Amino acid sequence: MIEISAVTKSFGPILAVDGVSFSVQRGEVLGFLGPNGAGKSTTMKVIAGYLQPTSGSARICGFDVVEQPIEAKKHIGYLPEGAPAYADMTPASFLDFVAAVRGYDGKKRAERVARAVEATHLDSVLYRPIDTLSKGFKRRVGLAQALLHDPDVMILDEPTDGLDPNQKHEVRTLIRKMAPEKAIIISTHLLEEVTAVCTRALIIAQGRIVADGTPEQLEARSRHHNAVSVRVRRDVAETARVAFGSLPAVERIEETGGSQGVQFMIFPHAGRPIVEQVSELVRIRGWSVDELFVERGRLDEVFRDITQRPV
Amino acid sequence: MRNIGVIFRRELTGYFATPVAYVFLVVFLALAGALTFYVGNFFERRQADLGPFFNYLPWLFLFLVPAISMRLWAEERKSGTAELLLTLPVSMTEAVLGKFLAAWCFTIVAILLTFPIWITVNILGSPDNGVILAGYVGTILMAGAYLAIGACFSAATKNQVIAFVLTAALCFVFTLGGTAMVLNFFGAFLPQGTVDFIASFSFLTHFYSLTKGVIDLRDVIFFASIIGVFLFTNTQLVELRKAA
Repeated sequence: MIEISAVTKSFGPILAVDGVSFSVQRGEVLGFLGPNGAGKSTTMKVIAGYLQPTSGSARICGFDVVEQPIEAKKHIGYLPEGAPAYADMTPASFLDFVAAVRGYDGKKRAERVARAVEATHLDSVLYRPIDTLSKGFKRRVGLAQALLHDPDVMILDEPTDGLDPNQKHEVRTLIRKMAPEKAIIISTHLLEEVTAVCTRALIIAQGRIVADGTPEQLEARSRHHNAVSVRVRRDVAETARVAFGSLPAVERIEETGGSQGVQFMIFPHAGRPIVEQVSELVRIRGWSVDELFVERGRLDEVFRDITQRPV
Repeated sequence: MRNIGVIFRRELTGYFATPVAYVFLVVFLALAGALTFYVGNFFERRQADLGPFFNYLPWLFLFLVPAISMRLWAEERKSGTAELLLTLPVSMTEAVLGKFLAAWCFTIVAILLTFPIWITVNILGSPDNGVILAGYVGTILMAGAYLAIGACFSAATKNQVIAFVLTAALCFVFTLGGTAMVLNFFGAFLPQGTVDFIASFSFLTHFYSLTKGVIDLRDVIFFASIIGVFLFTNTQLVELRKAA
């Protein structure tokens, strides 16, 4: 539903987006990751039709955003960065305006607005000027505006930025609920968000895509992938360390401290699963273990690795 | 094209949602009255017409109209709502026209609120109301031209102060183009034909010919073309921002 091919965008001498290509199908939630200034927002602005690409093309449901902008925009719900809205309007009049522009009249318009208000829990602030609303409510007004016409494609630039943990959870639930019928792109700084809502993640650095995969695939690139964390009592710590170290699949052991007992992080060779061998060993030796778990991998580590590597 | 109406209504209610509209109306009406009755010697002239009122209007518009137009696009760009507006399914023409018409409509409301002056002159004497009507038509057209210039500059910058100053400056040039000061200056070394050409671009020349009571199609076309040219440029400037 979203087809981006070789999109490049430069602002004078600065190359903000450099030959980005990808596509998003119905049912996918694509997480757009990258350090600040990597070109995430610029790419989203191009897809939403706010900026014209210097070269390359973006198609929404078959409509080119440059050639057939109006048709393309009808299929998009877009939440710009910072969720801008007319400050002197109330959410009620603002959403009514957006619904009118989207072509709804009379009863249909009221219905659309009511549904969007319900989905984003805006009813308590419906008649207060937007500039008096908290950041969380402003963000939700932006979301309401974006999902009002039940679009096929949603592009959400940092939808949970500035929200408290409860609100974040709500917005993520909302995105997950909408996901099956739509193609959604969200950009975020929060790696937990990727694991929470995205079916696929795309890491962008210096205007280029540097990684593309499911959150699990990205986590597998972490050096912590399949590492086992064990906490043993202090009196057996030394024996345990030697025993773990002698397992054939173990590459390295790090002591990570801990106030009660000693915590070890056991890294396997090449990310192979070693939890069975480790727990077997613990069982045979009869050590009392307070805690034993497998690391799935750390996205933040992968993110740092990938984005700080010179391109 | 239905979106012109939608944008028009949003913009127009926007004026009245903030104190901007009321401050503008009060200041405009107070100044228009003061200029007409005191500076224009309305009573001492002992003539039943609105000459003094119409004479001062171009100068009043020179700094009040840019104050209306400066926010049209600059504010949207600054607050980020331009991104919202331009990613909604509206064409550039619809957005430009909707905004312009709302600003123009608001200005027309301000102009029509000067009706007490018209009532005054009708109580005191028996003026030619046809001439006054033509004067009002001229005023509305001229205000439209000022606004179109202002909308254009507002689209060219994010900064409302810059938009204001540039608009006032260009409007000043257009207005002054018809005064003796400018025409005598050019007349000293340019052939009469060229001087006439410069004078033909003057707002004052066209405006005063309307206030004399003759709605000449040429004057109407002049203001309409100025509005057209600057709104077209406005559209292009907004498009240009996308490609920048």
